[in-house]
Amino acid sequence: MTAADWQVTGFTLAVAAFSTILILPWGWGLAWLLARRDWPGKSLVETVVMLPLVMPPVATGLLLLKLLGRRGAIGGWLADHLGVDIVFTWRGVVAATAVMSFPLLVRTARVAFEGVNPRLEQVARTLGASPARVWWTVTMPLAGRGLLASGVIAFARAIGEFGATVMVAGFIPGKTATLALSIYNLVQLGHDDDALRLLGLSVLLAFAAVWAGERLQRRPAT
Amino acid sequence: MKIEFSNLHLASGDFSLALDLVLDAPVTALFGPSGAGKTTLLETIAGLRRPASGSLRIDGEVVNEPATNTFVAPERRRIGYVPQDGALFPHLNVRGNLLYGRHGGSGPDFDRVCALLEIGGLADRPVHRLSGGEKRRVALGRALLASPRLLLLDEPLAELDIPLRERVLPHLGRLRHEFGLPIIYVSHSPEEIVALGSEVVALEHGRVTHRGRATDLFAPSGPPRQEWREGPAR
Repeated sequence: MTAADWQVTGFTLAVAAFSTILILPWGWGLAWLLARRDWPGKSLVETVVMLPLVMPPVATGLLLLKLLGRRGAIGGWLADHLGVDIVFTWRGVVAATAVMSFPLLVRTARVAFEGVNPRLEQVARTLGASPARVWWTVTMPLAGRGLLASGVIAFARAIGEFGATVMVAGFIPGKTATLALSIYNLVQLGHDDDALRLLGLSVLLAFAAVWAGERLQRRPAT
Repeated sequence: MKIEFSNLHLASGDFSLALDLVLDAPVTALFGPSGAGKTTLLETIAGLRRPASGSLRIDGEVVNEPATNTFVAPERRRIGYVPQDGALFPHLNVRGNLLYGRHGGSGPDFDRVCALLEIGGLADRPVHRLSGGEKRRVALGRALLASPRLLLLDEPLAELDIPLRERVLPHLGRLRHEFGLPIIYVSHSPEEIVALGSEVVALEHGRVTHRGRATDLFAPSGPPRQEWREGPAR
């Protein structure tokens, strides 16, 4: 392992962790709304959220590039008001991985919420518990394992993200280079041995994350 | 305790419940075929379902009135509700379940409730290791310990075998005497209703069809309903 390998690995893990933490509250909130409430426009929101899962990642990346670039609706506003650039910075990597792992987070968390018998939440209310207390003492403990798994799966997806990231953040060594981008670049340059080393590392990380996610989902709540 | 439904209307899919009814007996049994609206009625009193129109008053206080946007949340009604499956919290043990709705030191004595329901020895047991009858009694105890002013029981004895039924039935009678708590419960069994000496409200398709004392309604001279003839008062 070279110093550059460690840097790339550390950066990839940090970005994946940050983007996962960033989307957790929104993902869990939306998953709960999808699992427990009926509201106008629900199917539309459901479909839009799932789009990154089925669209070519590069297409999602292009869309993000247009939105987050200096001339884009969001990127323009951020640059003008906060002086923050997204595209071709580490923030671009975070944005791309967040958008790409969001559908997986929502899907897994939704299943976790749907697994909690609503009758238990109702009975808790009749026992004098406020909606907030029901959330913390009934919903969260019962859905907790599945919610944790949703976070792990989103994190794993973020580690491996390539298509959208390369569009939004490009490959800038030491700045936006993640494991996936580095492997691609090394193969392009003909440095297959270096690429294989990073490949091994990726396999190890992905294996650990998926294994943890599956384990969390399988173990019973009681 | 007086529960008044005034032109209350609630719709859910193909089913609709329409009630103009006052319940004020110490023990009221809701009787009728499946899909008659018995559970929906209990859930409306508990605040778990919202009517589309009309009003519901409990002891004079309006708890549901869509016209004036009045809705008292379930946690503020102080109404104990024991659904058919008991709905015990699987992540808590028996003690955790029993104490869930307890507010400080107020309400009925923990040991007294446990003794009355014969569940004192189960306190540290996980919920999945309870038998059907034990689950019902724990669910009943949990509702009681939250100091309700009214108890709603959905088929408290259904699916229990006869020996168990005979063990749980006296507990229900004792509850009424010990705590002076009004009870509204759903039952398919005329024996059970007669044994508890209840006032009966018979429902069908979301409407009240008959009402009266159990001993009268299930007597041979009572209304000629097929399921009523199956009772012991035949």
